[in-house]
Amino acid sequence: MTEVIDLKDIWVSYDDVSVLEAVNLTVEDKDFLAIIGPNGGGKSTLLKVILGLIKPDRGSVKLLGGNPKKTRKYVGYVPQYISSNLEFPINVWEVVLMGRLSHKGPFRSFNEEDKKAAEDALSTVGMLDFRDRQIGELSGGQKQRVFIARSLVTHPRLLILDEPSTGIDSRRQKEFYELLNRLKSEIAILMVTHDISALSVYVDKIACLNKQLHYHNSKEVSPEDLEATYQCPVELIAHGVPHRVLKLH
Amino acid sequence: MLEILQYGFMQNAITAAILASIACGIIGVYVVVKKIVFISGGISHASFGGIGVGYYLGINPLYGLIPFSLLSAVVMGLVSKRAKVAEDTLIGILWSLGMAIGIVFIYLTPGYAPDLLSYLFGNILTVPRSDIYLMLALDVVIIVLVYAFYKEFMALCFDEEFAKVAGINIERLYLLLLCLIALTIVLLIKVVGIILIIALLTMPATLSRHYTNDLRKMMYLAIFFGAVFSVAGLFLSYIFDIPSGATIILVMSTVYILHFVYDGVKPKKAG
Ligand SMILES: Nc1ncnc2c1ncn2[C@@H]1O[C@H](COP(=O)(O)OP(=O)(O)O)[C@@H](O)[C@H]1O
Ligand SMILES: [Mg+2]
Repeated sequence: MTEVIDLKDIWVSYDDVSVLEAVNLTVEDKDFLAIIGPNGGGKSTLLKVILGLIKPDRGSVKLLGGNPKKTRKYVGYVPQYISSNLEFPINVWEVVLMGRLSHKGPFRSFNEEDKKAAEDALSTVGMLDFRDRQIGELSGGQKQRVFIARSLVTHPRLLILDEPSTGIDSRRQKEFYELLNRLKSEIAILMVTHDISALSVYVDKIACLNKQLHYHNSKEVSPEDLEATYQCPVELIAHGVPHRVLKLH
Repeated sequence: MLEILQYGFMQNAITAAILASIACGIIGVYVVVKKIVFISGGISHASFGGIGVGYYLGINPLYGLIPFSLLSAVVMGLVSKRAKVAEDTLIGILWSLGMAIGIVFIYLTPGYAPDLLSYLFGNILTVPRSDIYLMLALDVVIIVLVYAFYKEFMALCFDEEFAKVAGINIERLYLLLLCLIALTIVLLIKVVGIILIIALLTMPATLSRHYTNDLRKMMYLAIFFGAVFSVAGLFLSYIFDIPSGATIILVMSTVYILHFVYDGVKPKKAG
């Protein structure tokens, strides 16, 4: 089994300001890995490097065993900031169907199979009733759920989520994590999050990122890692066995 | 008044107005929803270089215009996306560069340039049959390509990053869209001229956005608005003996302004 993600010695800088330094990361099939770290620590940048949206200054990126530009269409991606043009004349249904684009070519319109997949994805996130709603008329959390549905509609082998729970209320959050929990028996998930409940209950592995990545292929996060990442004293408390909860000051 | 319909030039003019409205409605919607009005203005003005080259070579200026406007579209698209300088600065420079090329070539052309003003300000009453066939052909090309890439263009305009992740070569698709804008400009030039094209390209599309939330319906409505306004402008220009291109734009602007006055303070959705 090849790795789903394989990063070797990644360096990224924006206008000479270093953002990622010597990052190595492998994610195996069916891993559920969370990345934590302070704002501006380079988490979103790392995800974009993985997807081939940002070219690193140095290092090699393999996604699903190949060049990310070729393989990223098999990945579901939910960006942190919805880059879309929210005044655009498009409804929820069309946004989710758009997720099937990677399976189509020019001249080919969406067929029954695509529509079934879109319907399933929308009911999974509880947004099927909003299918005719304009995207710009939804609340932040509803939009987020629609974009999650769009990322699921291709049945991806890897799901990459950048702070997906922002703007989702706690009841929906629990549902959302339960969904990820079901998905992880089949696919790999990589998620940036600050959400303690996700980290303590659902996630299998945790990596800390602040320019450098601290990761031991497990859920163990040492106090040294946290201090290096957040650059402040950190207290770690055990919470149930075998999980650990991070408490940051 | 209807007897003017019997004149061949009037029939040509109406046909040309409708053919122009088709391209204008479809592509104008993309220009408005993707908010690329400025680069479209750049392509249309830079295309003047092609008119100049056409005169200089002694061919139908439209045949100089087609390759030149396509070239302007590709150069503007590539330069504005790839260079590290601000996009609007570069577009502004290329905009003037194309016009300067046109002016120099027209100056170098022996004799005088007939119809020059009709390319700048439009003169739909003088459209010959041959141009009508060209407009028809360009409409067909635009319709086929938009039909083929409808989903892809939608993704490009709605969410570029997503389109990229979905495996679409967005740079190539964006260049294709700019080339379709270039072809639309060729179609519109006889109707309103280079100077007024941007108004024709954006007004019917913006107006249609207020009546529907569906991209396809926006296109149909924009075609309808464009056709009604340009035919109405055509008649008024004939009756009052004033320039047709400017009259069409005046009719459109009047409706547009009245629409917003009537709508009161209702905020704009797009544009
Ligand atoms: N396009 C960009 N141009 C310049 N600097 C950027 C750009 N994107 C991010 N940065 C900078 O890179 C750093 C890391 O950003 P980001 O990856 O978004 O961090 P995180 O997602 O962990 O908050 C920040 O300091 C940010 O200001
Ligand atoms: Mg981020």
